[in-house]
Amino acid sequence: MPSTSFTPPSTLRIFGALLRRDLHVTRRELPYFLVRTTLQPLLFIVVFGYLLPRMGFVGRGYGAALLPGIIAVSLTLSSVQSVALPMVQDFGFTREIEDRLLAPVPMRLIAFEKIVMGVLQGLIAAAVVLPMARLIMGPIDALTGAHALPVLLITILGAAAFSNLGLLMGTAINPQQIGLMFSVVVAPMIFFGCAYYPWQGLQAVPAMKYAVLVNPLVYVAEGMRGALTPALPHMSLLAVVGALVVLTGLFWTLGIRSFERRALS
Amino acid sequence: MPDTPDAIRTAALRKVYPAPGARRGAEQRPDIVALVGLDLTVGGGEFFGLLGPNGAGKTTTIGILTTRVKPTSGAASVAGADVVTNEVAVRQRIGVVPQRPNPDRSLNVRENLVFHAAYFGVARSVAARRAAALLDQLGIGDRGDAKVDQLSGGQQQRLMIARALIHEPRVIFLDEPTVGLDPQARHALWDILRELHAQGRTIIMTTHYMEEADRLCERLAIMDQGRLLALDTPQQLKTRAPGGTLVELVLDGDATAAASRARELAGVSSAEPQGSVLRVYADRGGELIPALIRTAGLEGRDVRDIHLSPPSLETLFISLTGRKLD
Ligand SMILES: Nc1ncnc2c1ncn2[C@@H]1O[C@H](COP(=O)(O)OP(=O)(O)OP(=O)(O)O)[C@@H](O)[C@H]1O
Ligand SMILES: [Mg+2]
Repeated sequence: MPSTSFTPPSTLRIFGALLRRDLHVTRRELPYFLVRTTLQPLLFIVVFGYLLPRMGFVGRGYGAALLPGIIAVSLTLSSVQSVALPMVQDFGFTREIEDRLLAPVPMRLIAFEKIVMGVLQGLIAAAVVLPMARLIMGPIDALTGAHALPVLLITILGAAAFSNLGLLMGTAINPQQIGLMFSVVVAPMIFFGCAYYPWQGLQAVPAMKYAVLVNPLVYVAEGMRGALTPALPHMSLLAVVGALVVLTGLFWTLGIRSFERRALS
Repeated sequence: MPDTPDAIRTAALRKVYPAPGARRGAEQRPDIVALVGLDLTVGGGEFFGLLGPNGAGKTTTIGILTTRVKPTSGAASVAGADVVTNEVAVRQRIGVVPQRPNPDRSLNVRENLVFHAAYFGVARSVAARRAAALLDQLGIGDRGDAKVDQLSGGQQQRLMIARALIHEPRVIFLDEPTVGLDPQARHALWDILRELHAQGRTIIMTTHYMEEADRLCERLAIMDQGRLLALDTPQQLKTRAPGGTLVELVLDGDATAAASRARELAGVSSAEPQGSVLRVYADRGGELIPALIRTAGLEGRDVRDIHLSPPSLETLFISLTGRKLD
Protein backbone atom coordinates (compact mmCIF):
# COMPACT_ATOMS: atom_id res chain seq x y z
CA MET A 1 0.00 0.00 0.00
CA PRO A 2 2.72 2.64 0.72
CA SER A 3 1.97 4.97 -2.13
CA THR A 4 4.81 5.89 -4.43
CA SER A 5 3.28 9.24 -5.36
CA PHE A 6 3.87 10.96 -2.05
CA THR A 7 3.49 14.72 -2.02
CA PRO A 8 4.78 16.25 1.20
CA PRO A 9 2.64 18.99 2.74
CA SER A 10 3.97 22.52 2.30
CA THR A 11 5.96 24.14 5.08
CA LEU A 12 3.57 27.07 5.09
CA ARG A 13 0.61 24.80 5.68
CA ILE A 14 2.31 23.14 8.64
CA PHE A 15 3.31 26.54 10.00
CA GLY A 16 -0.37 27.47 9.79
CA ALA A 17 -1.29 24.37 11.79
CA LEU A 18 1.25 25.20 14.50
CA LEU A 19 -0.13 28.73 14.66
CA ARG A 20 -3.70 27.47 14.86
CA ARG A 21 -2.78 25.27 17.80
CA ASP A 22 -1.35 28.23 19.70
CA LEU A 23 -4.24 30.51 18.77
CA HIS A 24 -6.65 27.85 19.99
CA VAL A 25 -4.85 27.54 23.33
CA THR A 26 -4.26 31.29 23.70
CA ARG A 27 -7.85 32.27 22.96
CA ARG A 28 -9.04 30.09 25.80
CA GLU A 29 -6.58 31.77 28.14
CA LEU A 30 -6.92 35.31 26.80
CA PRO A 31 -8.62 36.83 29.88
CA TYR A 32 -5.93 35.46 32.20
CA PHE A 33 -3.28 36.57 29.77
CA LEU A 34 -4.63 40.11 29.70
CA VAL A 35 -4.91 40.32 33.45
CA ARG A 36 -1.40 38.98 33.90
CA THR A 37 0.20 41.40 31.49
CA THR A 38 -1.90 44.57 31.66
CA LEU A 39 -3.16 44.83 35.21
CA GLN A 40 0.12 46.01 36.68
CA PRO A 41 0.71 48.73 34.05
CA LEU A 42 -2.88 49.91 34.41
CA LEU A 43 -2.59 50.16 38.19
CA PHE A 44 0.52 52.19 37.61
CA ILE A 45 -1.44 54.49 35.36
CA VAL A 46 -4.15 54.94 37.98
CA VAL A 47 -1.63 55.95 40.64
CA PHE A 48 0.92 57.94 38.65
CA GLY A 49 -1.19 59.16 35.75
CA TYR A 50 -4.38 59.95 37.64
CA LEU A 51 -4.05 60.15 41.44
CA LEU A 52 -0.65 61.81 41.91
CA PRO A 53 -1.23 64.57 39.31
CA ARG A 54 -4.53 65.41 40.99
CA MET A 55 -2.84 65.50 44.38
CA GLY A 56 -0.27 67.82 42.91
CA PHE A 57 2.71 65.58 43.66
CA VAL A 58 3.65 65.31 40.00
CA GLY A 59 3.13 67.82 37.22
CA ARG A 60 0.30 67.42 34.76
CA GLY A 61 2.88 66.92 32.04
CA TYR A 62 4.08 63.69 33.60
CA GLY A 63 1.26 61.79 31.95
CA ALA A 64 2.72 62.49 28.53
CA ALA A 65 6.03 60.92 29.57
CA LEU A 66 4.33 58.03 31.33
CA LEU A 67 1.86 56.86 28.71
CA PRO A 68 4.33 55.68 26.02
CA GLY A 69 6.40 53.99 28.71
CA ILE A 70 3.41 52.10 30.06
CA ILE A 71 2.55 50.86 26.56
CA ALA A 72 6.15 49.71 26.21
CA VAL A 73 6.05 47.85 29.53
CA SER A 74 2.79 46.07 28.72
CA LEU A 75 3.83 44.94 25.31
CA THR A 76 7.28 43.77 26.35
CA LEU A 77 5.96 42.01 29.43
CA SER A 78 3.34 40.15 27.42
CA SER A 79 5.75 39.23 24.64
CA VAL A 80 8.42 37.88 26.94
CA GLN A 81 5.90 35.92 29.03
CA SER A 82 3.90 34.53 26.16
CA VAL A 83 7.01 32.82 24.82
CA ALA A 84 8.94 32.01 28.00
CA LEU A 85 6.11 30.47 30.04
CA PRO A 86 4.88 27.99 27.37
CA MET A 87 8.51 27.01 26.73
CA VAL A 88 8.88 26.04 30.38
CA GLN A 89 5.81 23.84 30.14
CA ASP A 90 6.77 22.44 26.74
CA PHE A 91 10.21 21.40 27.91
CA GLY A 92 8.98 20.32 31.33
CA PHE A 93 9.04 16.82 32.71
CA THR A 94 6.81 15.27 30.05
CA ARG A 95 8.25 17.29 27.17
CA GLU A 96 4.91 18.14 25.63
CA ILE A 97 6.59 19.82 22.70
CA GLU A 98 7.65 16.44 21.30
CA ASP A 99 4.51 16.11 19.19
CA ARG A 100 5.36 19.37 17.43
CA LEU A 101 9.04 18.54 17.11
CA LEU A 102 7.94 15.56 15.01
CA ALA A 103 6.29 17.87 12.47
CA PRO A 104 8.03 17.62 9.11
CA VAL A 105 9.49 21.12 9.14
CA PRO A 106 12.92 22.44 10.13
CA MET A 107 13.09 22.57 13.91
CA ARG A 108 13.69 26.31 14.06
CA LEU A 109 10.32 26.93 12.46
CA ILE A 110 8.72 25.61 15.66
CA ALA A 111 10.63 28.26 17.62
CA PHE A 112 9.88 30.92 15.02
CA GLU A 113 6.17 30.19 15.31
CA LYS A 114 6.41 30.88 19.05
CA ILE A 115 8.01 34.23 18.25
CA VAL A 116 5.15 35.10 15.91
CA MET A 117 2.71 34.28 18.71
CA GLY A 118 4.73 36.42 21.11
CA VAL A 119 4.62 39.39 18.74
CA LEU A 120 0.89 38.94 18.27
CA GLN A 121 0.29 38.93 22.01
CA GLY A 122 2.47 42.02 22.42
CA LEU A 123 0.31 43.77 19.84
CA ILE A 124 -2.86 42.74 21.64
CA ALA A 125 -1.55 44.01 24.97
CA ALA A 126 -0.55 47.36 23.44
CA ALA A 127 -3.93 47.68 21.75
CA VAL A 128 -5.73 47.06 25.04
CA VAL A 129 -3.60 49.28 27.26
CA LEU A 130 -3.34 52.33 25.00
CA PRO A 131 -7.05 53.27 24.95
CA MET A 132 -7.55 52.32 28.60
CA ALA A 133 -4.59 54.41 29.72
CA ARG A 134 -5.80 57.36 27.71
CA LEU A 135 -9.24 56.96 29.28
CA ILE A 136 -7.91 56.91 32.82
CA MET A 137 -5.45 59.75 32.38
CA GLY A 138 -7.69 62.10 30.46
CA PRO A 139 -6.51 64.30 27.58
CA ILE A 140 -2.77 64.52 27.02
CA ASP A 141 -1.68 67.57 25.02
CA ALA A 142 1.37 66.15 23.30
CA LEU A 143 -0.31 62.87 22.35
CA THR A 144 -0.92 62.47 18.65
CA GLY A 145 -2.36 59.69 16.60
CA ALA A 146 -0.76 61.07 13.46
CA HIS A 147 2.09 58.56 13.40
CA ALA A 148 0.25 55.26 13.40
CA LEU A 149 2.86 53.61 11.21
CA PRO A 150 5.84 54.36 13.48
CA VAL A 151 3.75 53.26 16.47
CA LEU A 152 3.03 49.95 14.75
CA LEU A 153 6.67 49.55 13.71
CA ILE A 154 7.99 50.15 17.23
CA THR A 155 5.35 47.84 18.68
CA ILE A 156 6.27 45.01 16.32
CA LEU A 157 10.01 45.50 16.71
CA GLY A 158 9.76 45.77 20.49
CA ALA A 159 7.51 42.70 20.67
CA ALA A 160 9.95 40.81 18.43
CA ALA A 161 12.96 41.69 20.57
CA PHE A 162 11.18 40.63 23.74
CA SER A 163 9.64 37.49 22.25
CA ASN A 164 13.13 36.38 21.34
CA LEU A 165 14.32 37.25 24.82
CA GLY A 166 11.45 35.07 26.07
CA LEU A 167 12.68 32.22 23.87
CA LEU A 168 16.13 32.54 25.40
CA MET A 169 14.84 32.79 28.96
CA GLY A 170 12.29 30.01 28.59
CA THR A 171 14.81 27.53 27.21
CA ALA A 172 18.03 28.50 29.00
CA ILE A 173 16.74 28.83 32.53
CA ASN A 174 15.79 25.81 34.52
CA PRO A 175 12.07 25.76 35.29
CA GLN A 176 12.42 26.07 39.07
CA GLN A 177 14.19 29.38 38.59
CA ILE A 178 11.87 31.01 36.07
CA GLY A 179 9.98 32.88 38.82
CA LEU A 180 13.25 34.10 40.27
CA MET A 181 14.33 35.16 36.80
CA PHE A 182 11.31 37.38 36.42
CA SER A 183 12.09 39.14 39.68
CA VAL A 184 15.82 39.41 39.09
CA VAL A 185 15.89 40.26 35.39
CA VAL A 186 12.49 41.52 34.32
CA ALA A 187 11.68 43.71 37.32
CA PRO A 188 14.93 45.75 37.22
CA MET A 189 14.57 45.95 33.47
CA ILE A 190 11.21 47.62 33.89
CA PHE A 191 12.38 50.07 36.54
CA PHE A 192 15.54 51.01 34.68
CA GLY A 193 13.90 50.88 31.27
CA CYS A 194 13.00 54.57 30.95
CA ALA A 195 9.36 53.53 31.05
CA TYR A 196 8.39 55.79 33.95
CA TYR A 197 10.65 58.68 32.95
CA PRO A 198 12.16 59.83 29.65
CA TRP A 199 15.75 58.89 28.85
CA GLN A 200 16.52 62.59 28.51
CA GLY A 201 15.69 63.02 32.18
CA LEU A 202 18.59 60.75 33.15
CA GLN A 203 20.88 63.66 32.33
CA ALA A 204 20.59 64.24 36.05
CA VAL A 205 22.61 61.05 36.62
CA PRO A 206 24.95 60.78 33.59
CA ALA A 207 26.48 57.40 34.54
CA MET A 208 22.98 55.98 34.65
CA LYS A 209 22.09 57.52 31.31
CA TYR A 210 24.68 55.38 29.53
CA ALA A 211 24.37 52.30 31.74
CA VAL A 212 20.68 51.85 30.88
CA LEU A 213 21.51 51.59 27.18
CA VAL A 214 22.08 47.85 27.62
CA ASN A 215 18.42 47.58 28.59
CA PRO A 216 16.23 46.71 25.59
CA LEU A 217 13.16 48.26 27.17
CA VAL A 218 14.78 51.71 26.88
CA TYR A 219 14.50 51.56 23.11
CA VAL A 220 10.89 50.43 23.10
CA ALA A 221 9.87 53.15 25.57
CA GLU A 222 11.82 55.87 23.77
CA GLY A 223 10.54 54.65 20.41
CA MET A 224 6.99 54.89 21.73
CA ARG A 225 7.70 58.43 22.88
CA GLY A 226 9.03 59.30 19.45
CA ALA A 227 5.92 57.89 17.80
CA LEU A 228 3.18 58.90 20.25
CA THR A 229 4.46 62.21 21.65
CA PRO A 230 6.98 63.37 19.02
CA ALA A 231 6.93 66.95 20.37
CA LEU A 232 8.51 65.84 23.66
CA PRO A 233 12.19 64.87 24.07
CA HIS A 234 12.96 61.33 22.90
CA MET A 235 15.72 59.24 21.41
CA SER A 236 16.06 59.37 17.63
CA LEU A 237 13.74 56.86 15.99
CA LEU A 238 16.53 55.71 13.73
CA ALA A 239 18.69 54.80 16.71
CA VAL A 240 15.74 53.04 18.31
CA VAL A 241 14.95 50.97 15.24
CA GLY A 242 18.62 50.11 14.75
CA ALA A 243 19.02 49.01 18.37
CA LEU A 244 15.84 46.91 18.32
CA VAL A 245 16.85 45.17 15.09
CA VAL A 246 20.28 44.35 16.53
CA LEU A 247 18.80 43.12 19.82
CA THR A 248 16.20 41.00 18.03
CA GLY A 249 18.97 39.39 16.00
CA LEU A 250 21.11 38.82 19.06
CA PHE A 251 18.32 37.28 21.14
CA TRP A 252 17.20 35.10 18.22
CA THR A 253 20.73 33.79 17.71
CA LEU A 254 21.15 32.96 21.39
CA GLY A 255 17.55 31.82 21.82
CA ILE A 256 17.49 29.41 18.90
CA ARG A 257 20.79 27.89 19.98
CA SER A 258 19.40 27.31 23.43
CA PHE A 259 16.13 25.98 21.97
CA GLU A 260 17.94 23.48 19.77
CA ARG A 261 20.06 22.33 22.68
CA ARG A 262 16.91 21.59 24.64
CA ALA A 263 15.02 20.09 21.73
CA LEU A 264 17.67 17.65 20.51
CA SER A 265 19.59 15.38 22.87
CA MET B 1 19.69 -6.86 0.69
CA PRO B 2 18.18 -4.81 -2.15
CA ASP B 3 17.04 -1.36 -1.15
CA THR B 4 13.33 -1.39 -0.48
CA PRO B 5 11.49 1.96 -0.44
CA ASP B 6 10.90 2.31 3.28
CA ALA B 7 14.02 0.59 4.52
CA ILE B 8 15.95 1.67 7.58
CA ARG B 9 19.71 1.56 7.78
CA THR B 10 22.29 2.39 10.37
CA ALA B 11 26.03 2.15 9.87
CA ALA B 12 28.56 2.30 12.70
CA LEU B 13 26.01 4.34 14.62
CA ARG B 14 27.44 5.68 17.85
CA LYS B 15 25.92 7.82 20.57
CA VAL B 16 27.71 9.26 23.54
CA TYR B 17 25.75 11.30 26.07
CA PRO B 18 27.72 13.82 28.11
CA ALA B 19 28.33 12.81 31.71
CA PRO B 20 25.47 13.89 33.97
CA GLY B 21 26.02 17.21 35.69
CA ALA B 22 29.19 17.83 33.70
CA ARG B 23 30.46 21.19 34.88
CA ARG B 24 33.81 22.81 34.97
CA GLY B 25 35.54 22.33 38.29
CA ALA B 26 33.27 19.43 39.18
CA GLU B 27 34.72 15.95 39.42
CA GLN B 28 34.88 14.52 35.90
CA ARG B 29 32.55 11.58 35.48
CA PRO B 30 32.85 9.42 32.36
CA ASP B 31 30.54 10.10 29.41
CA ILE B 32 27.79 7.56 28.79
CA VAL B 33 28.26 5.48 25.66
CA ALA B 34 24.71 4.48 24.75
CA LEU B 35 25.46 3.01 21.32
CA VAL B 36 28.74 1.43 20.26
CA GLY B 37 28.77 1.33 16.46
CA LEU B 38 25.39 -0.14 15.61
CA ASP B 39 24.90 -1.69 12.15
CA LEU B 40 21.30 -2.50 11.39
CA THR B 41 19.20 -2.93 8.28
CA VAL B 42 15.43 -3.23 8.33
CA GLY B 43 13.67 -3.93 5.05
CA GLY B 44 10.71 -1.90 3.84
CA GLY B 45 7.47 -3.46 5.07
CA GLU B 46 9.25 -5.49 7.71
CA PHE B 47 7.95 -5.97 11.25
CA PHE B 48 11.11 -5.63 13.31
CA GLY B 49 11.62 -6.08 17.03
CA LEU B 50 14.29 -4.59 19.25
CA LEU B 51 14.95 -6.44 22.49
CA GLY B 52 17.32 -5.65 25.29
CA PRO B 53 17.56 -5.05 29.02
CA ASN B 54 17.18 -1.58 30.57
CA GLY B 55 19.80 0.82 29.29
CA ALA B 56 20.64 -1.33 26.25
CA GLY B 57 20.22 1.61 23.90
CA LYS B 58 16.83 0.81 22.37
CA THR B 59 15.27 4.21 23.02
CA THR B 60 18.45 5.92 21.86
CA THR B 61 18.34 3.97 18.60
CA ILE B 62 14.71 4.94 18.04
CA GLY B 63 15.51 8.52 19.07
CA ILE B 64 18.17 8.78 16.37
CA LEU B 65 15.99 7.16 13.71
CA THR B 66 13.14 9.54 14.52
CA THR B 67 15.49 12.59 14.35
CA ARG B 68 15.03 13.34 18.05
CA VAL B 69 18.54 12.36 19.15
CA LYS B 70 21.70 13.53 17.42
CA PRO B 71 24.12 10.70 16.60
CA THR B 72 27.69 11.24 17.79
CA SER B 73 29.08 9.48 14.71
CA GLY B 74 28.03 7.00 12.07
CA ALA B 75 25.06 7.24 9.76
CA ALA B 76 21.37 6.40 9.81
CA SER B 77 18.65 6.72 7.24
CA VAL B 78 14.93 6.10 6.93
CA ALA B 79 13.46 5.48 3.48
CA GLY B 80 16.70 6.67 1.95
CA ALA B 81 16.67 10.00 3.81
CA ASP B 82 19.56 10.72 6.16
CA VAL B 83 18.36 11.46 9.70
CA VAL B 84 20.78 14.35 10.17
CA THR B 85 21.02 16.06 6.78
CA ASN B 86 17.48 15.34 5.61
CA GLU B 87 15.50 15.24 8.84
CA VAL B 88 12.38 16.80 7.37
CA ALA B 89 12.05 14.03 4.77
CA VAL B 90 12.45 11.46 7.54
CA ARG B 91 9.77 13.07 9.69
CA GLN B 92 7.34 13.13 6.75
CA ARG B 93 7.33 9.34 6.73
CA ILE B 94 7.27 8.35 10.38
CA GLY B 95 4.91 7.91 13.30
CA VAL B 96 6.28 7.54 16.81
CA VAL B 97 4.95 6.05 20.04
CA PRO B 98 7.30 7.31 22.76
CA GLN B 99 8.32 5.23 25.75
CA ARG B 100 6.80 7.80 28.11
CA PRO B 101 3.47 9.40 27.14
CA ASN B 102 3.97 13.06 26.22
CA PRO B 103 0.55 14.35 25.17
CA ASP B 104 -0.06 18.05 24.60
CA ARG B 105 -1.70 18.87 27.92
CA SER B 106 -3.18 22.12 26.68
CA LEU B 107 -5.40 20.16 24.30
CA ASN B 108 -8.07 17.55 24.94
CA VAL B 109 -7.83 13.98 23.66
CA ARG B 110 -9.43 14.53 20.26
CA GLU B 111 -7.58 17.82 19.71
CA ASN B 112 -4.30 16.03 20.41
CA LEU B 113 -5.02 13.81 17.43
CA VAL B 114 -6.52 16.38 15.07
CA PHE B 115 -3.73 18.90 15.64
CA HIS B 116 -1.02 16.27 15.33
CA ALA B 117 -2.53 15.28 11.99
CA ALA B 118 -2.56 18.95 10.98
CA TYR B 119 1.20 19.14 11.65
CA PHE B 120 1.45 16.58 8.85
CA GLY B 121 -0.87 18.42 6.52
CA VAL B 122 -3.93 16.21 7.06
CA ALA B 123 -7.20 18.10 6.59
CA ARG B 124 -9.31 18.58 9.69
CA SER B 125 -12.35 16.63 8.45
CA VAL B 126 -10.20 13.64 7.48
CA ALA B 127 -8.35 13.80 10.78
CA ALA B 128 -11.57 13.99 12.81
CA ARG B 129 -12.89 10.87 11.10
CA ARG B 130 -9.66 8.96 11.65
CA ALA B 131 -9.43 10.12 15.25
CA ALA B 132 -12.88 8.79 16.05
CA ALA B 133 -12.07 5.44 14.44
CA LEU B 134 -8.71 5.08 16.19
CA LEU B 135 -10.08 6.04 19.61
CA ASP B 136 -12.84 3.46 19.15
CA GLN B 137 -10.39 0.80 18.07
CA LEU B 138 -8.27 1.47 21.12
CA GLY B 139 -11.23 1.42 23.46
CA ILE B 140 -11.26 5.08 24.45
CA GLY B 141 -13.90 6.24 21.98
CA ASP B 142 -15.89 7.85 24.80
CA ARG B 143 -12.94 9.90 26.08
CA GLY B 144 -12.53 12.20 23.09
CA ASP B 145 -13.53 15.33 24.99
CA ALA B 146 -11.57 14.48 28.14
CA LYS B 147 -8.55 16.46 29.22
CA VAL B 148 -5.44 14.33 28.89
CA ASP B 149 -4.73 14.77 32.60
CA GLN B 150 -7.98 12.93 33.27
CA LEU B 151 -6.81 9.83 31.43
CA SER B 152 -5.25 6.91 33.26
CA GLY B 153 -1.67 5.95 32.40
CA GLY B 154 -2.80 3.16 30.10
CA GLN B 155 -5.34 5.42 28.41
CA GLN B 156 -2.63 8.00 27.77
CA GLN B 157 -0.53 5.26 26.24
CA ARG B 158 -3.43 4.40 23.93
CA LEU B 159 -3.70 8.05 22.96
CA MET B 160 0.00 7.99 22.05
CA ILE B 161 -0.64 5.00 19.78
CA ALA B 162 -3.54 6.75 18.09
CA ARG B 163 -1.40 9.88 17.66
CA ALA B 164 1.39 7.92 15.99
CA LEU B 165 -1.06 6.51 13.43
CA ILE B 166 -3.37 9.46 12.74
CA HIS B 167 -1.34 10.72 9.77
CA GLU B 168 -0.97 7.20 8.34
CA PRO B 169 2.83 7.09 8.32
CA ARG B 170 4.67 4.52 6.24
CA VAL B 171 7.24 3.78 8.92
CA ILE B 172 6.07 3.32 12.51
CA PHE B 173 8.25 3.31 15.61
CA LEU B 174 6.86 2.00 18.88
CA ASP B 175 8.95 2.17 22.04
CA GLU B 176 7.51 -0.34 24.50
CA PRO B 177 3.97 0.41 23.36
CA THR B 178 2.29 -2.28 25.45
CA VAL B 179 3.75 -1.31 28.82
CA GLY B 180 0.88 -0.35 31.10
CA LEU B 181 -1.81 -1.68 28.77
CA ASP B 182 -4.35 -4.18 30.06
CA PRO B 183 -4.61 -7.49 28.13
CA GLN B 184 -7.58 -6.29 26.12
CA ALA B 185 -5.85 -3.11 24.95
CA ARG B 186 -2.70 -5.09 24.24
CA HIS B 187 -4.59 -7.43 21.94
CA ALA B 188 -6.30 -4.49 20.27
CA LEU B 189 -2.87 -3.01 19.56
CA TRP B 190 -1.59 -6.32 18.23
CA ASP B 191 -4.54 -6.46 15.82
CA ILE B 192 -3.87 -2.92 14.68
CA LEU B 193 -0.19 -3.64 14.17
CA ARG B 194 -0.87 -6.82 12.21
CA GLU B 195 -3.20 -4.89 9.95
CA LEU B 196 -0.65 -2.12 9.40
CA HIS B 197 1.95 -4.76 8.63
CA ALA B 198 -0.39 -6.39 6.14
CA GLN B 199 -0.75 -3.00 4.45
CA GLY B 200 2.99 -3.05 3.86
CA ARG B 201 4.11 -0.53 6.44
CA THR B 202 7.46 -0.82 8.16
CA ILE B 203 7.18 -1.34 11.90
CA ILE B 204 9.94 -1.15 14.48
CA MET B 205 8.97 -2.01 18.00
CA THR B 206 10.86 -2.39 21.24
CA THR B 207 9.44 -4.61 23.91
CA HIS B 208 10.30 -6.47 27.06
CA TYR B 209 7.69 -9.13 26.37
CA MET B 210 9.18 -12.13 24.62
CA GLU B 211 5.81 -13.57 23.78
CA GLU B 212 4.88 -10.35 22.01
CA ALA B 213 8.13 -10.24 20.07
CA ASP B 214 7.77 -13.90 19.14
CA ARG B 215 4.20 -13.50 17.92
CA LEU B 216 4.50 -10.28 15.97
CA CYS B 217 7.99 -9.68 14.70
CA GLU B 218 9.50 -11.13 11.56
CA ARG B 219 13.01 -10.44 12.77
CA LEU B 220 14.42 -9.59 16.15
CA ALA B 221 17.56 -7.82 17.24
CA ILE B 222 18.81 -8.47 20.73
CA MET B 223 21.02 -5.70 22.03
CA ASP B 224 22.84 -4.94 25.24
CA GLN B 225 25.14 -2.12 26.30
CA GLY B 226 24.83 -0.41 22.93
CA ARG B 227 25.80 -3.52 20.97
CA LEU B 228 23.94 -5.92 18.74
CA LEU B 229 24.18 -9.42 20.23
CA ALA B 230 21.96 -11.38 17.87
CA LEU B 231 19.72 -10.73 14.91
CA ASP B 232 17.45 -13.27 13.25
CA THR B 233 13.91 -14.54 12.93
CA PRO B 234 12.33 -15.62 16.21
CA GLN B 235 12.38 -19.23 14.95
CA GLN B 236 16.09 -19.17 14.19
CA LEU B 237 16.90 -17.42 17.43
CA LYS B 238 15.08 -20.06 19.43
CA THR B 239 17.14 -22.84 17.87
CA ARG B 240 20.21 -20.91 18.96
CA ALA B 241 19.12 -20.95 22.57
CA PRO B 242 21.85 -22.81 24.42
CA GLY B 243 21.57 -26.52 25.16
CA GLY B 244 18.09 -27.33 26.26
CA THR B 245 16.16 -26.31 29.30
CA LEU B 246 17.28 -23.60 31.68
CA VAL B 247 17.18 -24.61 35.33
CA GLU B 248 17.63 -21.74 37.75
CA LEU B 249 18.33 -22.49 41.40
CA VAL B 250 18.27 -19.79 44.00
CA LEU B 251 20.70 -20.82 46.76
CA ASP B 252 21.13 -19.48 50.25
CA GLY B 253 24.61 -18.16 49.47
CA ASP B 254 27.22 -17.78 46.76
CA ALA B 255 26.72 -20.23 43.91
CA THR B 256 30.28 -20.36 42.50
CA ALA B 257 31.38 -23.61 44.07
CA ALA B 258 28.09 -25.35 43.33
CA ALA B 259 28.41 -24.26 39.70
CA SER B 260 31.80 -25.94 39.24
CA ARG B 261 30.39 -29.16 40.66
CA ALA B 262 27.25 -28.98 38.56
CA ARG B 263 29.31 -28.78 35.37
CA GLU B 264 30.58 -32.31 36.04
CA LEU B 265 27.08 -33.78 36.02
CA ALA B 266 26.06 -35.79 32.98
CA GLY B 267 23.64 -33.90 30.69
CA VAL B 268 24.64 -30.43 31.87
CA SER B 269 25.81 -28.29 28.99
CA SER B 270 26.67 -25.26 31.07
CA ALA B 271 26.39 -23.99 34.63
CA GLU B 272 26.97 -20.37 35.55
CA PRO B 273 26.82 -18.72 38.95
CA GLN B 274 25.47 -15.22 39.39
CA GLY B 275 25.53 -14.25 43.03
CA SER B 276 23.38 -16.79 44.77
CA VAL B 277 21.68 -17.85 41.54
CA LEU B 278 22.90 -20.93 39.72
CA ARG B 279 21.91 -21.17 36.05
CA VAL B 280 22.19 -24.59 34.50
CA TYR B 281 21.38 -25.54 30.91
CA ALA B 282 20.57 -29.21 30.54
CA ASP B 283 19.04 -31.49 27.91
CA ARG B 284 16.84 -33.32 30.35
CA GLY B 285 15.78 -30.37 32.44
CA GLY B 286 13.45 -31.52 35.20
CA GLU B 287 15.04 -34.94 35.70
CA LEU B 288 18.24 -33.26 36.77
CA ILE B 289 16.73 -31.37 39.66
CA PRO B 290 17.36 -33.96 42.43
CA ALA B 291 20.99 -34.25 41.32
CA LEU B 292 21.39 -30.46 41.32
CA ILE B 293 19.93 -30.15 44.82
CA ARG B 294 22.35 -32.82 46.04
CA THR B 295 25.24 -31.05 44.33
CA ALA B 296 24.37 -27.78 46.04
CA GLY B 297 24.07 -29.63 49.34
CA LEU B 298 27.59 -30.97 48.95
CA GLU B 299 28.78 -27.39 48.91
CA GLY B 300 26.75 -26.66 52.02
CA ARG B 301 24.04 -24.72 50.16
CA ASP B 302 20.31 -25.08 50.55
CA VAL B 303 18.06 -24.49 47.57
CA ARG B 304 15.48 -21.80 48.18
CA ASP B 305 13.72 -21.74 44.83
CA ILE B 306 13.81 -23.54 41.51
CA HIS B 307 12.63 -22.30 38.15
CA LEU B 308 12.47 -24.23 34.87
CA SER B 309 12.31 -22.60 31.42
CA PRO B 310 12.11 -24.60 28.19
CA PRO B 311 14.30 -23.38 25.31
CA SER B 312 12.86 -20.06 24.20
CA LEU B 313 13.74 -16.52 23.32
CA GLU B 314 13.80 -15.94 27.04
CA THR B 315 16.56 -18.48 27.66
CA LEU B 316 18.54 -17.15 24.71
CA PHE B 317 18.15 -13.62 26.00
CA ILE B 318 19.39 -14.60 29.43
CA SER B 319 22.35 -16.51 28.04
CA LEU B 320 23.28 -13.54 25.84
CA THR B 321 22.82 -10.72 28.31
CA GLY B 322 23.12 -12.49 31.66
CA ARG B 323 19.92 -10.75 32.64
CA LYS B 324 16.26 -11.50 32.78
CA LEU B 325 13.86 -9.27 30.95
CA ASP B 326 11.44 -8.51 33.75
N1 LIG C 1 19.23 12.09 27.62
C1 LIG C 1 20.17 11.29 28.15
N2 LIG C 1 21.24 11.83 28.79
C2 LIG C 1 22.18 11.04 29.31
N3 LIG C 1 22.19 9.72 29.24
C3 LIG C 1 21.17 9.11 28.62
C4 LIG C 1 20.11 9.86 28.04
N4 LIG C 1 19.23 9.00 27.49
C5 LIG C 1 19.73 7.76 27.71
N5 LIG C 1 20.90 7.82 28.39
C6 LIG C 1 21.74 6.67 28.77
O1 LIG C 1 22.01 5.91 27.61
C7 LIG C 1 21.92 4.52 27.88
C8 LIG C 1 20.91 3.90 26.94
O2 LIG C 1 19.62 4.39 27.26
P1 LIG C 1 18.32 4.02 26.44
O3 LIG C 1 17.22 4.88 26.95
O4 LIG C 1 18.60 4.08 25.00
O5 LIG C 1 18.07 2.50 26.89
P2 LIG C 1 16.83 1.53 26.62
O6 LIG C 1 17.38 0.33 25.95
O7 LIG C 1 15.74 2.25 25.94
O8 LIG C 1 16.41 1.15 28.10
P3 LIG C 1 14.96 0.87 28.74
O9 LIG C 1 14.62 -0.54 28.50
O10 LIG C 1 15.18 1.14 30.18
O11 LIG C 1 14.00 1.83 28.13
C9 LIG C 1 21.58 4.40 29.34
O12 LIG C 1 22.78 4.15 30.04
C10 LIG C 1 21.02 5.73 29.72
O13 LIG C 1 21.36 6.05 31.05
MG1 LIG D 1 13.86 2.76 26.45
